[in-house]
Amino acid sequence: MADLHKLTIAELSDKLGAGECTSVDIVNDVLGSIDSTDGNVGAYLTIDREDALAQAKAADEARAAGKNLPMLGIPVAIKDLLNVKGQPCTCSSKILEGYTAPYDATVITKLREAGAVLLGRVNMDEFAMGSSTENAALGKTSNPWNLDHVPGGSSGGSAASVAADEAIASLGSDTGGSIRQPSAFCGVVGVKPTYGRVSRYGLTAFASSLDQIGPITKTVKDSAILLETLCGLDKKDSSSIDMDVPAFGKKLTNDTSLAGMKLGLPKEYFVEGMDPEIEKSVRDAVEHCKSLGAEIVDVSLPNAKYAIAVYYIIATAEASANLARFDGIRYGMRLAGKSPAELYRKTRAAGFGQEVKRRIILGTYVLSSGYYDAYYLKAQKVRTLIRNDFTDAFKQCDAIVAPVTPTAAYKKGEKTDDPLKMYLDDILTTPSNLAGNCALSLPCGFTATGMPIGLQIIGDDFQEETILKVGHAYEQTTEWHKERPSL
Amino acid sequence: MSETHEGMDVGYVAKLACIELTDEETKLFQGQLDQVLHYVEQLNELDVSTVEPTAHAIPVFNVLRTDEIGTSLNHADIIANAPSATDGEIRVPKIIDQ
Repeated sequence: MADLHKLTIAELSDKLGAGECTSVDIVNDVLGSIDSTDGNVGAYLTIDREDALAQAKAADEARAAGKNLPMLGIPVAIKDLLNVKGQPCTCSSKILEGYTAPYDATVITKLREAGAVLLGRVNMDEFAMGSSTENAALGKTSNPWNLDHVPGGSSGGSAASVAADEAIASLGSDTGGSIRQPSAFCGVVGVKPTYGRVSRYGLTAFASSLDQIGPITKTVKDSAILLETLCGLDKKDSSSIDMDVPAFGKKLTNDTSLAGMKLGLPKEYFVEGMDPEIEKSVRDAVEHCKSLGAEIVDVSLPNAKYAIAVYYIIATAEASANLARFDGIRYGMRLAGKSPAELYRKTRAAGFGQEVKRRIILGTYVLSSGYYDAYYLKAQKVRTLIRNDFTDAFKQCDAIVAPVTPTAAYKKGEKTDDPLKMYLDDILTTPSNLAGNCALSLPCGFTATGMPIGLQIIGDDFQEETILKVGHAYEQTTEWHKERPSL
Repeated sequence: MSETHEGMDVGYVAKLACIELTDEETKLFQGQLDQVLHYVEQLNELDVSTVEPTAHAIPVFNVLRTDEIGTSLNHADIIANAPSATDGEIRVPKIIDQ
């Protein structure tokens, strides 16, 4: 085979269109790649090979009948919190073992309509709560660049599968950085769309006012193509926005000029404790954008430093309500109890992992009588200040450029005993979830030990086109995204 | 927060959250969550008395849909997911004692 698994959506779409390969060829190559490397990487939880090949065959038949869409016949890995009819959806939690999704999430319906091949389900932190995919109850995932290191999280399987060429692209979800941070850790591209761009129907909710589904891919162009497929108003998600979806993919041209583009550099994002290698790579990337014609302006996001405190109040509060549905009654695990209350307590004790329990308890506390104003309401007010900072910053610039994380991927086990330390890793990604704007991560270098470094490009509400343009220009004039891990 | 924060009783809150904790877990979480609550106290530096809260970053209001009969999820698929079911209904422990 021609190493089809190593190619991008755009490249494969051209090949399929020219009749140089079939979707069945691509899926077979990708399955072969999974067979040879996933024993080490551990990105996948479940793969239905027959189903994937049947979908590929159907895509080839549709093409023969004249259908031609950018995602037609392209295999995509699915984060295990998106419902796909007839498949498991465990959220990497024991409490959902045995559950079979009775319906398709809207993004899945859209992928099916586009003719994409749903390849399999990839690992994650339990219920998307974590930054290293170490809180996964049903699988262990390694960083393809160094198997002793974490892939990031919570969409660790999504990022690792793409980095290891075990999927052409994947879907992740981002509540506080869960697409961007693993993308940075694994050296791939990930986009968190503006809140409301992509329907959340069928996404197992963690924090409903923050969650967004988005693409993880090998290039910015691929993210644009996949994002376009996912966006749009959905009557099943009342927070989805009725707005035209730009042709994100087609709008990215070979023009790499950033002339007339103002990029904001927030001093607050170069935080204390940041790895100097990260700071240097990101500053070099900013200089590179300048060389492409962009004007660099200093902007300030003074309240971004409160984002972790605000995030861990709001996200846990929403989670404590959302996860109340996992009670052993309608689906998943059930432990016997003499009364319903005892059944709930025992089932949730056995079914949830420690991080999930911690967050539910914290969220229950901040919402409880007497503490609501002091914690939850206050956090919502500071959330307003964080959003206002972005509004002011985007009066001075078209996009903001910054690091994604203070450090590159670290060794497994390094932070598992210290939840607060793990939380602080999200300092540069949570502000965009709280503000609701869009942001992407793309590769901009490597540390001395060979771990990837990510560049974050943040756009104002619904300005995905702008951040994709900046990312695409940077990517086309650099070589970082062409590096692959040796597995 | 200092005015109301007397420390969280993890054991009590776990009961509210319907999660049975072991003694070890209670002790572990108490320490860890005290640390997190101490960290979030930094929000007290800010005077937000005149700031409106944000519940949703991109607010949309009064989302209505037409009142049409749609297709419901398949009953058999839903029941098949239940840990215990009889005659097309989900079984639960007795709620009211005789």
